[in-house]
Amino acid sequence: MSRRLETGGLFIDRNAPMGFTFDGKDRGGFGGDTLASALLACGQLVMGRSFKYHRQRGPVSCGAEEPNALVGLGEGGLFEPNARATITPLTEGLRAISQNRWPSLAFDIGAVNAKLSKFLPAGFYYKTFLWPRAFWKHVYEPAIRRSAGLGKPPSQPDADRYEQVNTAADVLIAGGGVAGLAAAMEAGRNGARVILMEQGPRWGGRALIDAPLTGETIDGQPAADWIEMAVDTLETMPNVTMRLHTQVSGVFDHGFALAEERCADAGPAPVRARLWRIRARRIVTAQGAIERPLAFAGNDVPGVMLAGAVRDYAVGYGVAVGERVVVVTAGDDGYRTAIALVEAGLAVPALLDVRRGATGPLVERAQALGIRIEEGRGIAHVSGGQSVTGVSICAQDGPGEVIEEIACDAVAMSGGWSPAVHLWSQAGGKLTWDEGAAMFRPDHARPPTGADGSGFVLPAGGSDGAASTEDALRSGAEAGRLAAEGGVPADLAPPQAAPMPQVWVMPRDAGLALREKMWLDFQNDVKVSDVELAAREGYRSVEHAKRYTTLGMATDQGKLSNIGGLATLGHALGEAIPQVGTTTFRPPWTPIILGSIAGSATGAQFQPVRRTPMQDWHDANGADYEPVGQWRRPYSYPREGEDREAAAQRETRAVREAVGLLDASTLGKIVVKGPDAGRFMDMIYTNMMSNLAVGRCRYGLICNDSGFLMDDGVVARLSEDTWLCHTTTGGAEHIHAHMEEWLQTEWWDWQVYTANLTEQFAQVVVAGPQARKLLDRLGGMDVSREAMPFMSWAEGSLHGFDARVFRISFSGEVSYEVSVRASEGAELWQALLEEGEDLGVTPYGTEAMHILRAEKGYVMIGEESDGTITPQDLNLGWAVSKKKADFIGKRGLTRSHLADPERPRLVGLRSLDGTVIEAGAQVVGPGVTPTGQNATEGRVTSSYHSPTFGHGIAMALIRRGPERLGETVEVTRIGGGRQKAVLVDPVLYDAKGDRLNG
Amino acid sequence: MAEITVTRRTPGMVLLRGDLSSDALREAASAVAGAPMPERRQASLSGDTGILWMSPDEALILLPEGRAAEAARALSQRLEGVHHLALDLSDARAVFEIEGPWLREVLAKLSPADLHPEALPLLEVRRTRLAQVPAAFWIEAEGRARLICFRSVADYVEGLLRRSVEDGPVGLFA
Repeated sequence: MSRRLETGGLFIDRNAPMGFTFDGKDRGGFGGDTLASALLACGQLVMGRSFKYHRQRGPVSCGAEEPNALVGLGEGGLFEPNARATITPLTEGLRAISQNRWPSLAFDIGAVNAKLSKFLPAGFYYKTFLWPRAFWKHVYEPAIRRSAGLGKPPSQPDADRYEQVNTAADVLIAGGGVAGLAAAMEAGRNGARVILMEQGPRWGGRALIDAPLTGETIDGQPAADWIEMAVDTLETMPNVTMRLHTQVSGVFDHGFALAEERCADAGPAPVRARLWRIRARRIVTAQGAIERPLAFAGNDVPGVMLAGAVRDYAVGYGVAVGERVVVVTAGDDGYRTAIALVEAGLAVPALLDVRRGATGPLVERAQALGIRIEEGRGIAHVSGGQSVTGVSICAQDGPGEVIEEIACDAVAMSGGWSPAVHLWSQAGGKLTWDEGAAMFRPDHARPPTGADGSGFVLPAGGSDGAASTEDALRSGAEAGRLAAEGGVPADLAPPQAAPMPQVWVMPRDAGLALREKMWLDFQNDVKVSDVELAAREGYRSVEHAKRYTTLGMATDQGKLSNIGGLATLGHALGEAIPQVGTTTFRPPWTPIILGSIAGSATGAQFQPVRRTPMQDWHDANGADYEPVGQWRRPYSYPREGEDREAAAQRETRAVREAVGLLDASTLGKIVVKGPDAGRFMDMIYTNMMSNLAVGRCRYGLICNDSGFLMDDGVVARLSEDTWLCHTTTGGAEHIHAHMEEWLQTEWWDWQVYTANLTEQFAQVVVAGPQARKLLDRLGGMDVSREAMPFMSWAEGSLHGFDARVFRISFSGEVSYEVSVRASEGAELWQALLEEGEDLGVTPYGTEAMHILRAEKGYVMIGEESDGTITPQDLNLGWAVSKKKADFIGKRGLTRSHLADPERPRLVGLRSLDGTVIEAGAQVVGPGVTPTGQNATEGRVTSSYHSPTFGHGIAMALIRRGPERLGETVEVTRIGGGRQKAVLVDPVLYDAKGDRLNG
Repeated sequence: MAEITVTRRTPGMVLLRGDLSSDALREAASAVAGAPMPERRQASLSGDTGILWMSPDEALILLPEGRAAEAARALSQRLEGVHHLALDLSDARAVFEIEGPWLREVLAKLSPADLHPEALPLLEVRRTRLAQVPAAFWIEAEGRARLICFRSVADYVEGLLRRSVEDGPVGLFA
């Protein structure tokens, strides 16, 4: 049983006891513990269950690569699933729960025993449950979803705060071990702006634990002293920023990197986590290496751990994972663990070294300590269920005949080390296979490249294959110096890697019975036999085999299983490892909190909402909003007892019968000025604008160069060389950009300036038979029919406001648009309401605006047009100049398809029963399509109930529509059935324009 | 973190587009603004007035509140016959003043621009974005910055700035 040792523990503070709970039970640990080390110290070895078979799982590692020890942390709005216990710092009062078990961690009804697991082979999702077909959706899938799965998603919104920060650096260094510290010192001394980030809670990496075991020094100093010196030195450098608890999680194109700082891991902080967005000239990856498990039968029994983790728990946290630990190793590393354990007073009944004749200081020291070393041996299988009870040892070169059984309560395994090449690979760095060291390492000649085509990532230390502290120091310093100078990885000599035999299964000739118990992916329950099955079934590509078996698809992204899996696949296919290749490394390095990706974009900062100068009034007067771009425009202003539709009907009537006010401040207002402005306007608009008289307005259309309608609006000529273009609400920005693009790229020598004045002005539509009387009451400007005829504008002082008044109409009524400074918009609105009270003045929203314009047959960009519609389709050919030599879209409009008389064109549509036709309904045509469906010949673009006419009105685009007035067609209804409707003139209201001109 | 304050300001603002290298334009702008035409990316300030370089053919003239309409007219009169565009845009923009020791970090949390003192020296105007909206800012003196955004998103931007202040310093440029 695991326990706390009497003494020792470099990282813990035995004077700082801390209480926490696990599955509701009170537990205790020390400051400096991780949740995993504290649980082990309490004898809690089992921390979770596997994904597929629900097998009991203890931690296999002591770091970020952990696949097993996943827990839920916190409660309610602070709950976080799938946290790695091995990197979760213990804090006072921490509440952790185990996952993927029911009813308890010790007893789980979902657990699948070895016999049943035969029925859940690789790819079982694809093979099973196919019949009967309906059962998949209603029976199998829900059952699988309930039983498979790790942490539960939080049930409440995240109560924590997060933020992001942007910065730049000459050199970003990922990893604060010896290589990272050395790189930072070199780059820092060079004067570079340096950011050094370490995911863990302390600097120094493995050297703190490993160097003293063999008496290794760094630069002549004990490791701890050198690390302290390095950190002190860096802290005095103003050009170096250092962060602990911060993982560089992703490296992207051109030196962009993401890092997540777990601020709250270091103590109370205003934000739980901070996402760093770093633009770095050079990135040094010094994340070290990941120890590899060995594939032997029963290697997933709790108590079987990576050798490095076993000694980290012993030396770092003062925790024994067992009293008697058998060590099995493919290289030197197992010796370090054996030595550490013996020095900590624990028993190592045997050290199984698959090699023969290994020599070196570690071997000598192990021999000196009297450790029993068995050469050429491996583990045939592990005994035990909930924990290890013993191992059976065998010759590595053989089928696994048991030589001896050794009682033990833990196993430390070391299959060698894989450089952490993730950050190098994410943005496209390539790997090369080092046969002698049995590892994929960064290929310095094929790095990820920046904007200038040169490699911007420089690997260092263990990430580059370094085996010794000395080499890590040298390689880190060299990478730091080169990075500061803007050098490239091709100039960086790769460090020496340790020779390593390739041990992919143990024993080498194990039969199926053993291979079925050798786990490769502990979290997803993928075994050696599963990968072999995938190969037999034709999954030859490593990417396909990965998906078929789910190898490496767990939350640890295959940090432990990747290399073993592809070696197994290669063996099964008869291919060498480099031919099999690796799967793709994708960010993040380890999962980051979703909240940190959202950052401060929550609540009112979730999305910018644009507000007009009158928005406070709308808010206070019950406006029911609809989104229009990033604006929120009042749809209508429902009164007591009204819904939004009833309010829109009332507002429509008020405009027809009295006077209405519409907040039109959102309409785009673009000024075009200059000696060449006239000819520019003639190019931008389809109709003629250069001959518009000063003081007059004209409706105009803008097409793109394909001839499709982009936008419409009223243009006013302000002066000899200045035009003001009104655009739709949604068109303001992109029409301005459209104009600038043509000016800057095609007509760069024309003397024209444009400016988007949309937000400078508040604009109010005053429409209805009483509109003129209302403006007269405001006073100061002559708005009479004679002084201001339809489609004119004037400037003046209206009620004391500097105003521009446009006599234009989108409703069919006498209508003015009054434009004042935005800061005076609310006052103007208020003045209109007060002066118009007895005239029945009524604010109206976008829905009444839509009904009014539809009654009048006016089109709406985005309703009648959708980017595939021409002016002619909307019967607006009159606004397309035939005289002008050119305009944007002229040529496009002549193409055969756009000029085709068979195109759907705009008509009005009235249902025979007077009901409202569904907007978007299809107009059914004769016959069927080649695929046997009903043919259609048009669609309904707008549809409303008209309070003016008392029945439904609609607009539709129908094939040859205007030529077919009076014809009856069928339109579809959602949910089935059809409705008859007759084609009518879209202009229903005041076709002669008496009211408009009145 | 009361060390940082965020205050809404309402200066007059005149947009001026034209050939910023022409003597006529430089003289007219300087006369109205009381400050010389700035170099590329710079702010040229004199008390409450000044000129911001916005693009190779655009400057923004800062004036006391209420003076912009008249200044735009005066500019156009002075530039009679010279191709230009001068408009009062005071109401189209919102301006915030941010004061306090770590205001560079307040902005670094919201803008992708590099706020390091070497990358953004005093009086250099940075046109960038703040979270999800366009913005421009410049640091007048260490501890005092001004920021311009569109009027319609002023509430959003003020919320961003206040939240950034509440969440405290990062320790980047300290």
